Amino acid sequence: MNLSSESKQPAKQPDGQRRRLLAGVAGAVSLGSVGGGFSLIELALAKSEDETISSLNRWGLLIDTAKCASGCDACVKGCSTEHNLDGFDRPETDAQWIRKLEVTDRQTGHVSSLPMLCQHCEDPPCVDVCPTGASFRREDGIVLVDKHICIGCRYCVMACPYKARSFVHESLHNQKSYSPRGKGTVESCTLCVHRIDDDRTPACVESCNRDGNGAMVFGDLNDADSQIAQTMRDTPSRQIREDLGLNTGVRYQNL
Amino acid sequence: MSSHFKTLQSKHTGYRIIVILLAAIALVGYGAAHYMELEGHWVTGMNNQVVWGLPHVFAIFLILAASGALNVASISSVFGRSVYKPWSRLSALLAVCLLVGGLIILVLDLGRPERLIVAMTHYNFKSIFAWNIFLYTGFILVVAGYLWTMFERGMNQHSSKVGIFAFAWRFVLTSGTGSIFGFLVARQFYDAAMMVPMFIVLSLVLGTAIFILLSQLLAHWSQQPVLPELLERLVSLLAIFIVLELFLVTVFHFTNLYATEHHGIERFILIDGGMYTFIFWAGQVFLGGVVPAALVFLSTWGRSPQGIKLVAILAIFGAMAQLYVTIIGGQAYPLVLFPGKEVSSTFYDGVVAQYSPSLPELLLGVGGVALAVLLVILATRILPFMPDDRVSRSVS
Repeated sequence: MNLSSESKQPAKQPDGQRRRLLAGVAGAVSLGSVGGGFSLIELALAKSEDETISSLNRWGLLIDTAKCASGCDACVKGCSTEHNLDGFDRPETDAQWIRKLEVTDRQTGHVSSLPMLCQHCEDPPCVDVCPTGASFRREDGIVLVDKHICIGCRYCVMACPYKARSFVHESLHNQKSYSPRGKGTVESCTLCVHRIDDDRTPACVESCNRDGNGAMVFGDLNDADSQIAQTMRDTPSRQIREDLGLNTGVRYQNL
Repeated sequence: MSSHFKTLQSKHTGYRIIVILLAAIALVGYGAAHYMELEGHWVTGMNNQVVWGLPHVFAIFLILAASGALNVASISSVFGRSVYKPWSRLSALLAVCLLVGGLIILVLDLGRPERLIVAMTHYNFKSIFAWNIFLYTGFILVVAGYLWTMFERGMNQHSSKVGIFAFAWRFVLTSGTGSIFGFLVARQFYDAAMMVPMFIVLSLVLGTAIFILLSQLLAHWSQQPVLPELLERLVSLLAIFIVLELFLVTVFHFTNLYATEHHGIERFILIDGGMYTFIFWAGQVFLGGVVPAALVFLSTWGRSPQGIKLVAILAIFGAMAQLYVTIIGGQAYPLVLFPGKEVSSTFYDGVVAQYSPSLPELLLGVGGVALAVLLVILATRILPFMPDDRVSRSVS
């Protein structure tokens, strides 16, 4: 949890203490429910204290399939390292938050390569069908799963048009404190919410820029001055399964 | 016709053996679920492609059967057919017990079954699952109330009104179950409102067939045979439901075939889906549909005591086949992310998913069925659910 603003904003300290107390109580209540005893509430509060999560932001990704190379999986590796998604060498049941797709046009033979992940829809079908509200969409557009109230019914996996969700089929070890996971619950790309709340870019984007071909741009779709918004305004982009009208936060170029 | 009732007091060896067997199967089923929970779902045949497996087939089978099992009571109360009245208590009991069996399978197959309390305290009212929690628990309460009006002499006068309410409730309940699949926009095979009437009629098929078999078993033990006239009426009704279901399935597939976007999934189910195609044509359509309907409508043997049993067994088999093709086959067909394009990945995009039911799943499913039947038998032993024709006849 980022509490660095405390030193900058001493006047806010009482409020901060109350928040920490609330987070502490909530964390204690949920202790033991997920992996190492940390709470998703910490994630929700991970933003600096004087900033709230707001619908003024809409975090998203723009992926240029012309730059995304077939055979390159830098984004997948980056995600796997960041969230410790090493599986059990059982590809049918191991979780995949991001995967590379090879798309071949049957008529022309043209092949595109692109990463597929949670599309962080504005109207997510996974959120609609979740009976307990464990699947939820943050005000800033990030779609998450509250691991404390996910009962593992897998209805969201059935409902996701992008096959972006995985069910955790077995016990997990060595989890990252900022990325809680748990056997018997469903999970998917968090858009590296812990990084976003810390003003950093998601791990996949960082890896793509460092080890790949710079095909991914992350930013605030609502900020007209952001690179992502400007690029999307100037060049055509599209959503996958546009026909469903979900207004995805992840968009693709040259597809 | 005045009806009298009695408890089941069987001294048959077969009765005891079956009770012990059912209890053992139910316990083994619970053990299987416990094993799945401890190890995680990787020990099942389910995976990230087919996330709902055999336990869901059994659970939905029982939930649909529960709704349909109320037929006999409904016909008696709502439509005033007195020949069904002696069996209305058993009909309502079956409805509750089958639903309990189905729900237990569903809960034990959850990734976190110990969090059932969360499902009872956190609701997202846009979720059909959340509606169903109310529809299922409400159904048990409504049918319990219905039974009360049947048991309590002073409440008998309200039986018809409560019966109509229960009749309406079960249609809404089955609509809710059908909607689980009907509203899934992502999947080619599910996104269809036709799922609702198909599930409603399937529930009528299943409930009637299970009632025919179980009532005869219990009647045999209580030395109180089901009237042949009633059985003949029930099997005629069953055959009508089977033909109606065949009609709805035909309409469903024809509607899909008209839209090019659904040609892939239709080809998969109807022509080249391997096992799913075989189960559809051989199990659902032929053995579970055409044969039992033909036995009833085209032969006199179909209405004989043995024929009626066979028709009911075939109907149950056909319904099971239909649920397997719908639930597993519908998931096995890959999601269409890019219409008109071929897709491949390390996550099984663009390929038909593999699924083989595992032993724990089978044991959990069969365990739930055993529990439902066991509850019926035990309840008939405690309370007077069984008709007592001798008293009824002497009174009349």
